[in-house]
Amino acid sequence: MIQIEYILVLSAIMMFAGVFGFMTRKSTLAILLSIELMLNAANINFAVFNRMLYPQGHEGYFFAIFTIAIAAAESAIAIAIMINIYRQLKNIDVDELTKMKW
Amino acid sequence: MEHTLLILLLPFLSFLFLGLMDSKLSHRVSGLIGTTVLGVVAALSYYTAWQYFTADRLADGTFATLVPYNATWLPLGALHFDMGIMLDPISVMMLIVISTVSLMVHIYSFGYMHGERGFQRYYAFLSLFTMSMLGLVVATNIFQMYLFWELVGVSSYLLIGFYYTMPAAIAASKKAFIVTRFADMFFLVGILIFGYYTSSFSFDFAHPVYADGVTPFASVDTAKAVAAGGFILPTALVLMFIGGAGKSAMFPLHIWLPDAMEGPTPVSALIHAATMVVAGVYQIARMFPMWIAYAPEQMSIVVWIGVFTAFYAAAVACAQSDIKRVLAFSTISQIAFMMVALGVCMPGHEALIDNHASLGYMASMFHLFTHAMFKACLFLGAGCIIHAVHSNEMSTMGGLRKYMPITHITFLISCLAIAGIPPFSGFFSKDEILTACMHYSPICGWIMTGVAAMTAFYMFRLYYGIFWGTENKALHAAHTPHEAPWTMTLPLIILSLITITCGWAVNFGSFVSASGADYQIHLDPSIATTSVVIAVAAILVATWMYARESQPVAVDLKEKFPRLHRWAYKRFYMDEVYQYITHRIIFAHISTPIAWFDRHVIDGFFDFLAWGTHKLSEKIRGLQSGNVQWYAFVFLLGTILLYIIMVL
Repeated sequence: MIQIEYILVLSAIMMFAGVFGFMTRKSTLAILLSIELMLNAANINFAVFNRMLYPQGHEGYFFAIFTIAIAAAESAIAIAIMINIYRQLKNIDVDELTKMKW
Repeated sequence: MEHTLLILLLPFLSFLFLGLMDSKLSHRVSGLIGTTVLGVVAALSYYTAWQYFTADRLADGTFATLVPYNATWLPLGALHFDMGIMLDPISVMMLIVISTVSLMVHIYSFGYMHGERGFQRYYAFLSLFTMSMLGLVVATNIFQMYLFWELVGVSSYLLIGFYYTMPAAIAASKKAFIVTRFADMFFLVGILIFGYYTSSFSFDFAHPVYADGVTPFASVDTAKAVAAGGFILPTALVLMFIGGAGKSAMFPLHIWLPDAMEGPTPVSALIHAATMVVAGVYQIARMFPMWIAYAPEQMSIVVWIGVFTAFYAAAVACAQSDIKRVLAFSTISQIAFMMVALGVCMPGHEALIDNHASLGYMASMFHLFTHAMFKACLFLGAGCIIHAVHSNEMSTMGGLRKYMPITHITFLISCLAIAGIPPFSGFFSKDEILTACMHYSPICGWIMTGVAAMTAFYMFRLYYGIFWGTENKALHAAHTPHEAPWTMTLPLIILSLITITCGWAVNFGSFVSASGADYQIHLDPSIATTSVVIAVAAILVATWMYARESQPVAVDLKEKFPRLHRWAYKRFYMDEVYQYITHRIIFAHISTPIAWFDRHVIDGFFDFLAWGTHKLSEKIRGLQSGNVQWYAFVFLLGTILLYIIMVL
């Protein structure tokens, strides 16, 4: 059986890769991907702790599934917004989207 | 008496309708609507008057004071503002005056305003004015009177500025509004003092009013006011008199009336000669029981301001060359006669002068009535003349009797009436005033007799200057003056018929007198003879000076006393005095520093606040850059920091 530390290290790497990507990338699409990475790092933690600490329960798995569903909905909306922005402005670079700013 | 509400309502509806439809109606239709409504109002007023004066008198010989309507408009605890209709002899008399003159002016305006731009607006404003003036006279309380008082001020403002493309008309309307508003401020203060100390605004102090056995009014508690201090009621009354002096153009608040002649001439006839300007006299007459009971000493203020104004205005009228200005100053002078007559009506003289104690009040109202008729006729006649020669200046006239026979005759009748020649109406009313003045004090009486002579002189100077004298032949050859159309001459004829008859045909004292009882007017032979002799002498002097083709005497006098003539022509520089006080003293030394303080200190403080906020936000706006990635970074740092703190 795989040791829990390995999995937690994997999720931590995913989490910080996501955080790093969120803060450094300019493309909104890349930022969205980074958010997905962070969410999935959290999902892994949910699953792993459920499995290791409360093998008889299922709440962790359900949370992971909820998160996936919400993340799907959220990315659908986010991508729809991005497509519309792209159609209007031919650009989805986060620094350039200043049209609605005062 | 329920139909009296219609008297107010109809002109108001006509104003709304004409005002809202404006140019959607043709000139003829809007004029017809306005005139028809006024015809109905006049008929209703006559019917009201007939019903009122044919009703039985009360036990003490007075006519009952009726209140067909009275509704509480704004209740403020014990004190409340009412709106209603009150009929007593003077308000019914005023209904007749206002509706008659207004109807005449409506008919006349058909001809005079023919083809003018804004014809519909003109008729709408006339309706508004008529409604307000009628509301003023039938007011049940001093506050309602004040409301309508301001409304007549507004409609006067609108009508003076009717030719709003002319700068002179705009300046005149502004001047009229500001001067009367300045006076009305005192009126309002007077009303508030009166209401505060007597717990009522109502007019029930004259004769207790009962409708269905109960009084509809909160009664005026004069005992309370007197207990609070003997000076309170006189102060309130004198403050109200200042308001009335502003409206009635008493010296030194008269300066707006001559300028108000910039409005259309029928408007001058209606508002600035016959009705609105006598509102001040009417107000004193309304408050008269209060004056004689609580402020008899202060009555002398009214008398002497009136005497001075009468003399001053008559002196100025002798030198004016604009015919409407002459009439304006003669109006001021005649209103001053009415004021004086009210002021000299003193109680306590009964023993001295048997039946004359209450003469002044009756004389004042009588003169108000007759003056409204003949002065409206004079103004409308002047309108016909201006219509014919297209100018107000006497130099463009002269010899017009050949061209305008009807105007000439009616003008002459009115001139004879204002000069006080029997059997025209002005003789009777002026004679009563002079009798009352003589009994008050011989000095006052002789001054007023002198002013009456001046009146005869300047009116006949005007008359000869227009219809005889030096004819401006060059001008008349180029444009032959013609008689006015029948819509304009008909009102002249009607008004002059009233002027001929109303002095002797009815006994005015039966309707209006200070006590309310029937009073038989009888002429005092010595005073009547004196005033007629003096008036005839003044007319003869005027004839000698002005009737002929060349006027050597007048020119001679003008050259001998150039300064006097110049001063009178410039109205003794009263406008310049006002100009000096307002511009040089008030504007330069009070308003300018205040404006500086406002602009630099008050505005500066708020500008500083805005500037400070702006600068501060410039500094901190980076915090809310909208850069989400930067927020995330700060958030992360914060989390790490918190973690470190908690772990350590």
